[in-house]
Amino acid sequence: MKRTGTYGIMAEFDSATSLMGAAHRTREAGYIKLDAYSPFPIEGLAEAIGFHSNAVPLVVLIGALIGGLTGYLMQYWISAITYPINVGGKPYHSWPAFIVVTFEMTILFGGISAVLGMLALNGLPMPYHPVFNVPRFAFATKDRFFLIVFSSDPKYSPTETRRFLESLGPRSISEVPD
Amino acid sequence: MDERIQPVADENARAPVIEPGYSFGTVTDKISSIVLTRPTSNGWFFGFGVAFLLTMMLLYAIGYLFVRGIGIWGVTIPIGWGFAIVNFVWWIGIGHAGTLISAILLLLRQSWRNSINRFAEAMTLFAVASAGIFPLIHVGRPWLAYWLFPYPNTMRVWPQFRSPLIWDVFAVSTYATISLLFWFIGLIPDLATLRDRADSRALQIIYGILAMGWRGSARHWHRYETAYLLLAGLATPLVLSVHTVVSFDFAIGIVPGWHTTIFPPYFVAGAIYSGFAMVLMLAIPIRKIFQLEDFITERHLQNSAKVMLATGLIVAYGYIVEGFMGWYSGNRYDAFTIWNRLHGPYAFFYYMLLLCNIVIPQVLWIPKLRSSPVWLFLVSGVVLVGMWLERFIIVVVSLHRDFLTSSWGMYYPTRWDWMTYIGTIGMFLAAMFLFVRVLPMISIFEMRTLLPEAEVKE
Repeated sequence: MKRTGTYGIMAEFDSATSLMGAAHRTREAGYIKLDAYSPFPIEGLAEAIGFHSNAVPLVVLIGALIGGLTGYLMQYWISAITYPINVGGKPYHSWPAFIVVTFEMTILFGGISAVLGMLALNGLPMPYHPVFNVPRFAFATKDRFFLIVFSSDPKYSPTETRRFLESLGPRSISEVPD
Repeated sequence: MDERIQPVADENARAPVIEPGYSFGTVTDKISSIVLTRPTSNGWFFGFGVAFLLTMMLLYAIGYLFVRGIGIWGVTIPIGWGFAIVNFVWWIGIGHAGTLISAILLLLRQSWRNSINRFAEAMTLFAVASAGIFPLIHVGRPWLAYWLFPYPNTMRVWPQFRSPLIWDVFAVSTYATISLLFWFIGLIPDLATLRDRADSRALQIIYGILAMGWRGSARHWHRYETAYLLLAGLATPLVLSVHTVVSFDFAIGIVPGWHTTIFPPYFVAGAIYSGFAMVLMLAIPIRKIFQLEDFITERHLQNSAKVMLATGLIVAYGYIVEGFMGWYSGNRYDAFTIWNRLHGPYAFFYYMLLLCNIVIPQVLWIPKLRSSPVWLFLVSGVVLVGMWLERFIIVVVSLHRDFLTSSWGMYYPTRWDWMTYIGTIGMFLAAMFLFVRVLPMISIFEMRTLLPEAEVKE
């Protein structure tokens, strides 16, 4: 990405409905590098800005499988191989007794993968981000909705893009410095 | 979406989840101002002060325990478990309602949960923390408690995985971890709100660090919601497993009164029962003090009361089955256990248990009492006492007279037992006081989704 001095152009909207409409129209106008910000999750908004791949479920599945395998194999290794102790004549590899810990380890690893996976895929923690340079953006965590077209978009032009965003009827428009 | 928040004219219609007339801005301001701008009241200092003193008493009792050993408690053979295990099971059960509200009700799309899930999750965390203290200090040599975990050591010994006690270590530590994660990721968007609303630089930095740079991007929300839902899906079987495993600690033993298959479901129901009682005991004063009646409405109180009523009846069924099996099994020791509950030296507590857990909560059938905060508060207190008595009956009354009369005994708690128990209540309350002061006690972003304007109109 070449440095243009601008990160993108941001438009502010009043409601979830107008943000959703604006996101659709921006995509239809041929922009591909855009993002939307809202104070709560809006169903379908991610699809509207052209985001479809979501790797979180896969990460959780892999994490949970690793947890379950670790749990079971650990118990097998401890109870049957490295520290075999005869308890009430039960077999060393008494698998029914191992299910509880296997289950708990599956949940533990799955849960940790869900949180860490979500944060990592989202690129968080990220203390600094260019959008925070816009003073009005503080309202993105309260009651305002924002749409940004990044300057890395092939169709991006400081004047054309601004004019286009103005045509969507936003409350305000700001240039986001890089 | 449809019946969520519309104002109702009909008196018989259900109360709304949020009173009408709120917008994104006013919801945000109302909840965040409690943390950011509302002056800390004298009442808060008083309440926190009392809770803090009780916490100090807990530390004193534990300190003395470390010096003298568990001989200062009332535990003797044959009752080796005593208050420590009674309180452990009681606290961990209370925690269950938080996960039920945040995870199971999320999966069931019960949107009314959005205004009570945050502080119910905090309640879970603090209850599990209080619970976790007891087995650790009960092991006798608490400085060696880490031996419970499998780790490579020079003694070349390992835990015994055929024992339910080691299952409990894994169940409870997983539960504590997952509850903390669930609570924390639920907080991230609200911490970002506090970061953006805070006036002082110090608060901006603290909340900013905790919010980890959350900016509400649609991509982030998308992954966030998936992770939140999956975490709820994982926490749902987890919460059911935790009290099941706790009940295995008893059910896998051969002591009469413990060795039954009804234990897992009846323990889980009892856990949710006491947990909702604690939720109500916290929610009722909180909504009054912080004027949150518009967010925690009559609907929430009614629904919680209904859950209590239902789980209370499951618990009652458990008692009936225990009594029936004592007779039907034809086993003289099982039959004696039931007889001993009804006529033995602890019979008074068994009748109190039946009164607190089964008889009194039936007043919740009356709709008028079900929506009265005062009545709900009192009934919840009774249920908490009743559920504590239940664990006392299970632990102490089963152990004190098992097979041979020569090994019978009595259990009398000492003041150190009481100080430790009341001390954990103080610690729990102190943590709740701090929580309502520094973090948003209602999930702001989830409340926004309940407003009519959150709906995207085509």
